[in-house]
Amino acid sequence: MLNIIFIGFLAAIAAPFIHKYLPKISGLLLTLVPLGIFVYLANMIAPVSKGEVLLLSYTWFPSMSVNINFVVDGLSLTFALIISGIGAIIVFYASGYLHGHKKLARFYGYLLFFMTSMLGVVMSDNILALFIFWELTSISSYLLIGFNHESERSRYAALQALLVTGGGGLALMAGLIIMGSVGGSYNISELLSQSSIIVGHSLYLPILILVLLGAFTKSAQFPFHFWLPNAMEAPTPVSAYLHSATMVKAGVFLLARLSPILSGTDVWHITLTVFGGITMLMGASMAIGQNDLKRILAYTTVSALGIMVFLIGLGGPYAITAAITFLVVHSMYKGGLFLVAGAIDHETGTRDIRILGGLKAHLPLIFLGAILAAFSYSGIPPFLGFVAKELIYETTAHFALHPIILTVVAVLTNMFLVATAIMVGVKPFFGKYLETPKHPHHAPLTLWLGPVLLGVLGLALGVVPSWISKGLISPSVDAIAQTEGIKLALWHGFTPILLLSLLTLAGGVGLYYLSDAIKRKQAFFDKLAAFGPEEGYKALLKGLVTFSSKQTNFFQNGYLRHYFYWILTTFMLLVLFTIYDKELYSFLKVDFSGIYFYEALLVIIMLLATYSAIRSKTVLSSVASVGVVGYGIALIFSFFSAPDLALTQFSIETLTVILLVLIVYKVPKFNDYSPVKNRRRDAVLSIAAGLTITLLVMLVLNMPAESSISSYFLENSYVKAHGRNVVNVILVDFRGLDTMGEITVLSLAAIGVYTLLRFRNGNKKSVEENMND
Amino acid sequence: MEILLAIVIGLLYAAGVYLLLRRSIVKLILGIMFFSHATNLLIFVSGGLHKGQPQFANDGINAVSSNPTDPLPQALILTAIVIGFGITAFFLALMYRFYQVTGTEDLDDLKEGENK
Repeated sequence: MLNIIFIGFLAAIAAPFIHKYLPKISGLLLTLVPLGIFVYLANMIAPVSKGEVLLLSYTWFPSMSVNINFVVDGLSLTFALIISGIGAIIVFYASGYLHGHKKLARFYGYLLFFMTSMLGVVMSDNILALFIFWELTSISSYLLIGFNHESERSRYAALQALLVTGGGGLALMAGLIIMGSVGGSYNISELLSQSSIIVGHSLYLPILILVLLGAFTKSAQFPFHFWLPNAMEAPTPVSAYLHSATMVKAGVFLLARLSPILSGTDVWHITLTVFGGITMLMGASMAIGQNDLKRILAYTTVSALGIMVFLIGLGGPYAITAAITFLVVHSMYKGGLFLVAGAIDHETGTRDIRILGGLKAHLPLIFLGAILAAFSYSGIPPFLGFVAKELIYETTAHFALHPIILTVVAVLTNMFLVATAIMVGVKPFFGKYLETPKHPHHAPLTLWLGPVLLGVLGLALGVVPSWISKGLISPSVDAIAQTEGIKLALWHGFTPILLLSLLTLAGGVGLYYLSDAIKRKQAFFDKLAAFGPEEGYKALLKGLVTFSSKQTNFFQNGYLRHYFYWILTTFMLLVLFTIYDKELYSFLKVDFSGIYFYEALLVIIMLLATYSAIRSKTVLSSVASVGVVGYGIALIFSFFSAPDLALTQFSIETLTVILLVLIVYKVPKFNDYSPVKNRRRDAVLSIAAGLTITLLVMLVLNMPAESSISSYFLENSYVKAHGRNVVNVILVDFRGLDTMGEITVLSLAAIGVYTLLRFRNGNKKSVEENMND
Repeated sequence: MEILLAIVIGLLYAAGVYLLLRRSIVKLILGIMFFSHATNLLIFVSGGLHKGQPQFANDGINAVSSNPTDPLPQALILTAIVIGFGITAFFLALMYRFYQVTGTEDLDDLKEGENK
């Protein structure tokens, strides 16, 4: 499995170069990558259908128990086949759709990068690796939605998709980590046996909420659905691939994958059923109000995702079989219809269904693909869509609780979907031909092959559903619900369910004729949207920007002293609080005994010098006063057994004063820049800081302290380093590397000083030129 | 003497803070010098104060075990003094160029120049 991931990422990196050097055949060549993966995976159908589960493990970060474990069971194989199969169609389609586009090379790269990440999501057994691949799909989705980055709407949609799914991703990460630590493993295959522990744990509810946030944002469930219609700014192959057939199903996949671990509680079933139900009905009804082919399809995709979540929420062999069958068929017909929409757009220059009509004669093969997809979509026998819909009705009608409500919701949703199927798959091709921005001519092979292939597949699998029933659907159901799946069959006889199917078709056709009247009421829905969740997203984003700019300007206003106020105040509060909290003030001892006269005299001189350094009007006398303070410190060093320090301090202080005098004599007088009020405020703050430090020092001096490493230096100074002066030995021997670093710092400072002073004599012009550059 | 040094350290810090809060760059540099003096002294005091007992391995084998002076803070301060000098020198040169080019040594002018 690792080889697939490697080949995929390698192909993503190589794709731009392949396109650069072989622009004519790059599309065909790159199609071979997903196609090859598809064939490779298809070989696994046979063992998987016998009930085998392939587990492959590669160690990645052993210390953090992140392994790349891959699992190939029915569920992951079904998804992986959809991803690679439709991926091959999309890459081929894109080579025609974006033919001659100047960024096509990059597009191929993004597309293959996404495909590989998505394969990683569905095949990972380790939840942390799964999460990493999950985030990679979000990133590639961001890059692909914003592919036309000159357009502001594209950028807005891309950012929105990234923030919504990325926010959900953060929640998901937290949920997965908690789940892993509760269950004692980060591998799904091991967590399966811990299900009862996780479900019974007090952290079950947080885990569930966090995981659902991740799944719902990714799969555009209410109330996070709004990013998906906006994501239609992406080029159509992207919409078909990421935002209909594969990536948005990652949330559904996650729910299916974790269902054996997390399901079984009321909160799981009710939450999924209710949110899925709302999403499916809302998405389908909102689709009716749209005129843009892609937006119609986007809303129906939201609805379809709702149906899948709804079915997983219901649970049980029927519902899960229905969910997986619907998932497969949806990928085929919705992917096909998106490609049809893209082809219509490419050929006519518009996607507005109000001005599309009579394209049957102009685009016969596109029409074939469209009508096949629309039939499957509407659930007309003998298409696979019919099989899936029957299963859905079968599930709801026989459900133990509220079967009538569930069935009504399902039938209503499907009626709306039938109406949209007519809007997208039938309406543009029949009736009078209407003049469009571009005159359609025959669509090239690249544009029609994909939709026709998907359409024919939908028909063939409907006629012989046993082809996928045993190979894919049953093993998937086994992986999710751990029971036998229901055998797919086209014909169940004249049952009430068939009646429901007929009712759905009739209702859908009726709704289609009413759709114009519904659209006239659009103004009402637009007003309603002002209270929708997208407005909440906008308000949140705006609030965040306003808040961060306010707080940044407040804390980082560019005045050095403001930063200093904050640092100083925080420091004082922390120190004083700690002293109070830990009762360190008990160490305080005030003892003025044992002070010699010369010590007191030195301190008084330093006090006066400090005062003079602050108050003095001329720079020179200030500098001289600082020098006095420095010499005073040198004397203190020499009083208390530190001759090396005293020597260094004396020489350095002398050098500093000379340097100061040399340089600052150009600034003869100090100006009083600050008003008196500010100076008083600063004085109060400085004294408070000084007192805090004094208190701290007095406490520290009375606390027992022990240096654990000094004894090592003392013992080994002469024995190992052959030096008697321990301080010097530490510097040049034990800590020799530190000293070397210090020398480096000094050399850098010297180079800096030299460079800065080089221009001293005249040559002012060159400086000004530099400033102007 | 400890208590006197505690007062001196507090005083040096107070002076450093006050000078760092000024708008004049020269005063800012003086403030930094006060800060490094005070910090060196703080480390020195925290190692304990002992008169007339510098750490020498004078018996030829190892240091006098009864000598309580801790050599480690001294080594640290020695490094700090020299580094502090490097910083001061660089800062001074920088200020010198700044003053030469702009004709001011007011930090707020620097800030306003940014917005122009």
